[in-house]
Amino acid sequence: MFRNQYDTDVTTFSPQGRLHQIEYAQEAVKQGSAVVGVRNKNYAVLATLKRTTSDLASTQKKLFKIDDHVGMAIAGLTADARLLSKYMRTECLNYKYVYECAMPLSRLVLRVADKHQIATQRVSKRPFGVGLLIIGYDQQGPHLYETSPSGEYWEYQAMSIGARAQSARTYLEKVFETLNSCSLDQLCRHAILALRETVAALKDIDLSTKNCALAIVGEDLDFTIYEDEDVLPYLDVIETGSSQPMDGQSST
Amino acid sequence: MWKESSVVATMASLQRPDFMPYQNNGGTVVAIGGEDYCIVSATTRLGLGFAIPTRNVCRYSILNNRVVLATAGMFADTATLHKVIKARVKIYEEQQDKPFGLHSAAQLLSNTLYYRRFFPYYTFNVLGGLDEDGQGFVYGFDAIGSGEKVKVVCNGTGQALIQPILDNQVEKKQQYENKQITKLSLQEAVDLIKDVFTSAGERDIYTGDAIDICIITKEKGVLVETFQLKQD
Repeated sequence: MFRNQYDTDVTTFSPQGRLHQIEYAQEAVKQGSAVVGVRNKNYAVLATLKRTTSDLASTQKKLFKIDDHVGMAIAGLTADARLLSKYMRTECLNYKYVYECAMPLSRLVLRVADKHQIATQRVSKRPFGVGLLIIGYDQQGPHLYETSPSGEYWEYQAMSIGARAQSARTYLEKVFETLNSCSLDQLCRHAILALRETVAALKDIDLSTKNCALAIVGEDLDFTIYEDEDVLPYLDVIETGSSQPMDGQSST
Repeated sequence: MWKESSVVATMASLQRPDFMPYQNNGGTVVAIGGEDYCIVSATTRLGLGFAIPTRNVCRYSILNNRVVLATAGMFADTATLHKVIKARVKIYEEQQDKPFGLHSAAQLLSNTLYYRRFFPYYTFNVLGGLDEDGQGFVYGFDAIGSGEKVKVVCNGTGQALIQPILDNQVEKKQQYENKQITKLSLQEAVDLIKDVFTSAGERDIYTGDAIDICIITKEKGVLVETFQLKQD
C-alpha cells in the first residue's frame, strides 16, 4: 500500500527503510532465463539457458568473456550487461598493462559492484537491471561471484539466478558440500543437472544444443564457451544421469 | 604532444641537453616470408655503448598464432610498444570477433608509430606472418611507421650487413649468372638466418650472444627456437 508512494525514484527510502527501485531492478534479474555457477578446487563452471524471443530469432547472449581468466553469465537486461562487460574488459586490460599480470577477481568484482552502487544513489540514473555470475581463475584459485543491482556482491561455491532459479538452488544445496573435491566432469554434470531443474516443471522444454551454453575456466584452461555442437558431450549426462544428487566419489 | 615536442627542440638546440630520452640498445631483427611459412628472428644481446647489460633479452612478441612482431633499437621503447600493440590486439579480437591478421597488424603498427611523430619510439620493427591466403609475408618499418610489405627484410644495427645478403640469396638479385629463382624451403631459410646472424656478429659489436627464431606455420602456429652466437 505504501509502496507506490515511495517507489518513484531510487533516492527515496520507504518508511520501512527499503529502496523499492532497487527491488524492482532485482525483479528484472528474476525475469531473465536461468544461469547456474559451480566451483571446485581447480575449476569454475557456468551453465546457461538461452531464450529466444521467437523461433525466427537467434538466442540471447548469456555468456561474456571478459579476459582470458574471467567470464560471466547474465540474467536480466542484456543491454546493461553489455555495458558492464565493456567496462570489465577495459579494467582487466588496464590492470594487465600496468601490473603485467591477470587482474585478481576480488578487485574486479569490487569495481563492478561500486559501479552498480553509484547508480543507486543518483537521481539522474537508474539501477542496472542485470545480475551477473562471474567466474574466474586467479592466484587464489577459482572463484564464483554474484553481483546484484543493489551493488552487493557475494562469493559462492554454487549459485543460480534467473527464472525458476530456486529449483536449481535446491538441487545445489543438496550437493554443494561435495563439489570442492569432485572432478571437472562431475562439476559440469552438476551444473547441467541444476540447470535442468529450472525447466523440469515445464513440459515442452528440455536442455538441448539449441538452448544451452556452458563455460569453463581453470588453472590450465582459459575461459572457454561451449555452445551449439560443442555442448553436446556435456548434455549427455541428461541421458545417463538422474535428477538425484550424485555422490561426489562415484566414477563417471 | 606539444610539451613532448619541446624535448626534441631541446635536443636540437642545446649543445649539451639536460636529459637525453633515448638510448641505442642495439640488436638486429630479420624476417623471411616463404611459400607457406614465415620466420621472424631477433638477437638477444642488449648493448649500451661498449657494455652488455644482458645477453638474453626478448625482442619479439607473439601477437597471435599467425603474426609475430620483432623490434630493434631502444629496449624501453620496444617493451612499451609491444605492450601497447598487444593490448590493442586483444581489443581488436574481442570487438571484431576474428583473429588479428597480418595486414591489420601492419596498419596498426604504422599508425601507432606515426602517432608519436614528434617524440618517436626509438624502434626499428619487423612484422612477419601468414597473410589471408596462407602465404608468408613480412613488413619492415622505420621509427615513424613507414612500412613496406616484402618477402624478406631486416632492421637494426646489423641491417647494412645483412640486407644485401638476403637480397642476393633469397631474392636472387644482383647475381651475375642467370640463376633460377627457386623457392626457399623452411629448413634452408632457417639455416640462412643462422648463417647471416653469425656473419653479422663478426663485424657488428651489438650483434651476438643468441638469436630467437620464431617459425610461423599454419599447422603448428608459432614455434620458437634459440640459436647461440659468439659472446664476444
